[in-house]
Amino acid sequence: MTFRISSEPLDPNALAAQLLDLRAGAYVEFQGRVRNHNEGQPVHALEYEAYTALAEKEGARIVAEVAARLPILGAACIHRVGRLELGELAVWVGVTSAHRAAAFEACRAIIDETKARVPIWKKEHYASGASGWINCATAGPAAATRITPPAPR
Amino acid sequence: MTTVTLHYFALLREQRGQSSESLATAAATAAALYAELAQRHGFTLPVTHVRVAINGEFAAWDTALRTGDELVFIPPVAGG
Repeated sequence: MTFRISSEPLDPNALAAQLLDLRAGAYVEFQGRVRNHNEGQPVHALEYEAYTALAEKEGARIVAEVAARLPILGAACIHRVGRLELGELAVWVGVTSAHRAAAFEACRAIIDETKARVPIWKKEHYASGASGWINCATAGPAAATRITPPAPR
Repeated sequence: MTTVTLHYFALLREQRGQSSESLATAAATAAALYAELAQRHGFTLPVTHVRVAINGEFAAWDTALRTGDELVFIPPVAGG
């Protein structure tokens, strides 16, 4: 059971190999990748930042809670920090269990709780040159981002 | 006065203009300190959108500050 913040690119094959377990009939993996749009705006790149000490502590609690609730054999979640380009792997979750239902449910729970609870922040850089921290809008509940206009050239 | 260390992340780091600082404050609680700094530095996030961690663990806003505490104000998270 692992939760880790990484400033280095993630290698999903190497991560998956760490979860090899002959008791496991099911292995479920989630890859979160950098998408080229959000809220109708073209996205150019993402920047992730974490309060690493607390992020790894809270993340470990999430994995432990899920492992206590569901019959899984192994679970790991690794989240990138730093600047990521389109298509890059931002977060990886892998879960093994004897049968598939627990692995699917645990994988979903780990990524959902991670997004909701772990102190990691995401700044979107838009094709227009503007950027914004996601969920940090203060203009109103409907706005998803606080947009900083591009710097004058 | 209480002397505490602060570390800033994401939007708050940008609005503060630095990643960390040590400061002496008359604020009795974490909430009072956030209010003081929000006014001084123009933080746009209302306290209701922010959490606080003290000495590496999530804490209640009414926690009394002690000299040597390390505080992090946590803007809305957005992992994944």
